[in-house]
Amino acid sequence: MFTDDAGKAGMTAEGPGNSAKSNRRTGGDLVQLITPGGERVSHPEFDSWVQDIGDEQLAALYEDMVAIRRIDSEATALQRQGELALWPPLLGQEASQIGSARALRQDDFVFPSYRDNGVAYVRGVKPADIVKAWRGNALAGWDPYSVNVATQQIIIGAQSLHATGYAMGIQNDGADSVAVAYFGDGATSEGDVNEAMVFAASFQAPVVFFCQNNHWAISEPVLLQSHIQIADRASGFGIPSMRVDGNDVLAVMAATRIAIDRARHGGGPTFIEAVTYRMGPHTTADDPTRYRDANELEDWAAKDPISRLKALLDRKGLLTADLEAAVAANADAVARELRSGTINMPEPQPLDIFKHVYSTPNSSLDRQQDHYTRYLASFGDPAAAASEEGAR
Amino acid sequence: MTQMTFARAIYSGLRKSLENDPKVILMGEDIGTLGGVFRVTDGLQKDFGKHRVVDTPLAESGILGTAVGLAYRGYRPVVEIQFDGFIYPAFDQIVSQVAKMHYRTQGAVKMPITIRVPFGGGIGSPEHHSESPEAYFTHTSGLRVISVSNPQDAYTMIQQAIASDDPVLYFEPKRRYHDKGEVDESLDLSSALSMEKARVVTEGTDVTLVAYGPLVKTARDAALAAADEGVSVEVIDLRSLAPLDFATLEASVRKTGRLVITHEASQSGGLGAEVAASITERCFYHLEAAPVRVTGFDVPYPYSKLEMHHLPGLDRILDGVDRALGRPNSLSGLEG
Repeated sequence: MFTDDAGKAGMTAEGPGNSAKSNRRTGGDLVQLITPGGERVSHPEFDSWVQDIGDEQLAALYEDMVAIRRIDSEATALQRQGELALWPPLLGQEASQIGSARALRQDDFVFPSYRDNGVAYVRGVKPADIVKAWRGNALAGWDPYSVNVATQQIIIGAQSLHATGYAMGIQNDGADSVAVAYFGDGATSEGDVNEAMVFAASFQAPVVFFCQNNHWAISEPVLLQSHIQIADRASGFGIPSMRVDGNDVLAVMAATRIAIDRARHGGGPTFIEAVTYRMGPHTTADDPTRYRDANELEDWAAKDPISRLKALLDRKGLLTADLEAAVAANADAVARELRSGTINMPEPQPLDIFKHVYSTPNSSLDRQQDHYTRYLASFGDPAAAASEEGAR
Repeated sequence: MTQMTFARAIYSGLRKSLENDPKVILMGEDIGTLGGVFRVTDGLQKDFGKHRVVDTPLAESGILGTAVGLAYRGYRPVVEIQFDGFIYPAFDQIVSQVAKMHYRTQGAVKMPITIRVPFGGGIGSPEHHSESPEAYFTHTSGLRVISVSNPQDAYTMIQQAIASDDPVLYFEPKRRYHDKGEVDESLDLSSALSMEKARVVTEGTDVTLVAYGPLVKTARDAALAAADEGVSVEVIDLRSLAPLDFATLEASVRKTGRLVITHEASQSGGLGAEVAASITERCFYHLEAAPVRVTGFDVPYPYSKLEMHHLPGLDRILDGVDRALGRPNSLSGLEG
């Protein structure tokens, strides 16, 4: 019973969802532009938002999705080989991440969670930087201002407030960029996500709440988080929402463009629920066979986001041997870059532990650093002393 | 020099910061139209607008979390927590985000957020309105914690806190809001005493008495009373609770050989413990007696008719001074 979409039982009658009455629609039925079989179906409201996505763009989206799936499998392999301490796979969520991230402008600012590695990749984060924190070489892998992506948030939902505050700043600056918060179904139970929606609505901040409902918060099914559809939570805050097929890259892109456009033009926040599925474990340390049915995975495998887009390309006669070869070559190159960047990553130095705690000198910490420096020096060879410390 | 109340001095410092830096934004509950429940921000929204003096929804985590986002965007948010006991819903954002962001991003993202916290008891309030939560924050790396004891420091240090690129918790003693003092509003921030420094407020030779915030006044009164008995007490206003200014503390203890520290907060794991341990480590051979703590008890903040038993007053502080000096005191005859 927990495998159904959230809130089927508790859903209130809303009338036909797809024929939205206005663009301030809420939740409703799942919006889909590509069927699991790869058929392009039309939608009166959403079609116009992806009208410009021609053959070339579809192929590019396909290439992105294959690349991030490859990053994901390569990172999982690196973890199994002891090169990463942990990895949170995004397997199954490629359409949600690519469709949304490719709808953004470079000056929009993203506040991701730890699983949004596909978002980071298409925003320009280098593959090895994506795994830097998971290797334990840093707490975060990149300078947020270099790619307009905040470092990945591990505290569930906390970044939704950061996105909202950032959006309030955009508003004060009179700029037309947008902040986007990425989080999951579990996060919608957190106070911070709810407070973020209160603030966003009160100040009509240019923020998009992009929720990937991947059905599982580690072992907890989405029904434990919500007894109504997650998208419908937004209406309680006075925030318009959409519920889209998160394994359909075009539907996700259209919804994100609608939300971004609204925010850019002073229309305030929007909540998007991208209904998708976490096909892998929560992290490489997790064992989903303890809590979910293998049949469920099979059902979702049939709705796979990449197979679906591939089928569409095939129907359109675009899936040529050349395209397949180019897409595979790109994925191979990204994987090679990830692997060599990981293995050759410079090791941090012992005294780096003291860096950047404060932006200006701090007398107490300076003393601790001085004492630890002397301690290391007492071994004669600080580097050897540090590795000995680590071995204990 | 202008004579003004403590609360007015904070107001004046806030106004100056708003005037000097367009990136400074004030946020909090009731701080705009009402001017704050203590009227500290009275009139600022009218003069600087709703986008710079922001009345927020009643959600403390929301206030701090959005302040983080504003700081990400290059702003300098100054957040008011209405009462000490209301800060806990924001604890996660302060400890997990505000304090760690600079470290997490290897210095790329600065968090120049000032968190004003009216704190301490003595005003007959209901529960959650009289607490002293500073030790939770002094224990947290990445934060700077200061507490002001007089109008001049209130005026100067709020501006120093706002100008700091690090997050600063600014603890203001609400029972002193109406105390008056001279404030030099022309004081140049760069020539003013750094907010990281403690200050000797009463010189003495027999015992070092360390206080901060609301108890500095009580400690000075205690020193006056002790002088009548021929005991010379040196009173130090810590001002900075994190980091602690050990240079000033050590110099005093090396001179007096005796240390008393007092705070309203509960004793266990408090600032007194840190000062006593560190001073013992640093100048053990100069100490003539064990350091003495005179603090609130390890109880939840009591109902107001009992709060004067909880709060260290002049007599309890003098009793502590007597213990440090080995003079007859309430614990004479007890070990330790």
